[in-house]
Amino acid sequence: MSSNLKELTKGIIKENPTLVTLLGMCPTLAVTTMAANGIGMGLATTFVLLGSNIVISLIKNIVPKSVRLPVYIVVITGFVTIIDFLLKAYIPGLHSALGIFLPLIAVNCIILGRAEVFASKNSVGKSILDAIGMGIGFTLALFTMGTIREIFGAGAWMGMKIPVLSVNPMLIFIMPAGGFFVLGCVIAVVNKLAKKKPPKEISCANCPNAEACGVKGDNE
Amino acid sequence: MKEIFVIILSAMLIDNFVLSKFMGICSFLGVSKKINSAVGMGAAVVFVMVCATLVTFPVYTLLLEPNGLEYLRTLAFILIIALFVQLVEIVLKKIVPPLYKALGVYLPLITTNCAILGVTLINIDKELSFGGAVANAFGGGLGFTLALLLFSGVRSRMETCNVPETFKGVPITLIAASIVSLSFMGFAGML
Repeated sequence: MSSNLKELTKGIIKENPTLVTLLGMCPTLAVTTMAANGIGMGLATTFVLLGSNIVISLIKNIVPKSVRLPVYIVVITGFVTIIDFLLKAYIPGLHSALGIFLPLIAVNCIILGRAEVFASKNSVGKSILDAIGMGIGFTLALFTMGTIREIFGAGAWMGMKIPVLSVNPMLIFIMPAGGFFVLGCVIAVVNKLAKKKPPKEISCANCPNAEACGVKGDNE
Repeated sequence: MKEIFVIILSAMLIDNFVLSKFMGICSFLGVSKKINSAVGMGAAVVFVMVCATLVTFPVYTLLLEPNGLEYLRTLAFILIIALFVQLVEIVLKKIVPPLYKALGVYLPLITTNCAILGVTLINIDKELSFGGAVANAFGGGLGFTLALLLFSGVRSRMETCNVPETFKGVPITLIAASIVSLSFMGFAGML
């Protein structure tokens, strides 16, 4: 039981996909101009992650090793298309706020990474826990980013105006430059709190997804 | 002609893929450490973006749209790009070995680079003509290369700097990216 609990909680802090293993940076930076969008993106990604982890761990013994990556990509994109339809029908506001980044969930490396590293090697039950944990970790990271950027950049939080800040909001925080800045600071703080050294380098060689991307070696 | 030029310029500078649309951040941060690899990656991205547009645009307009299958575009595009990159790799290896040597390492990486899928989807969303779509892809690729080159210069200067312990490594890299992105904001409203 305790090992199952570990599968669930590891994604939230210890192996947080965005802040510790540094995957899925594109949506983390792009959609977090508002806290609500961060939650929306996080939950949409969690849905896709859960679906793909379940299906991939079910078919792991049928799929030949040499064609596994194309198969995973098709499964993932199938779930992306489903969530695209669902959001368009039921939450059209969020659908247009996420825009191009909704179909781009399909190439979010967190999902392919979990499929390759975890779901293709573990049972369905564990894969579900892993997906939920990773999804929560990703959503929390996006929510934190969105909260900071919305409070400082728009003087509001979840649409509620904040008295002093809303008079002269620092627009730079909701602009692209602010996204990079806030993410850098959040990663520094999280690693400080976790008493870990911040990851030295983002490089393809150290990336847990290197195998999935097909990187053959370091550069050169 | 003028229209094509405007599309290239705006994709390259104003709507820069990395610094204002946040696409392809992984490769932007991963490959920008050395100027040589930045040039190789940039060239590979320009090449694949243009080629991917040349293939996906006709597939969408001639195959998916007339049959009411627009919703399959993400799936179709991903498969086309992945297939196509493999094909390019094999062909280059056989026919132009020097080019393969220069770009080869970066080609597989590109399959999961969201800028490639992004540019093909944006071409459709913006309802560009075929020529416009190719120009958009070309400008986008050039913009990616420009950002990568500039940033690799910044990073090589940063290596000798004394950074606070907590910010060493990735955090300071992101903050440097923020400043480079700030400089690109100057292009906003140019056109």
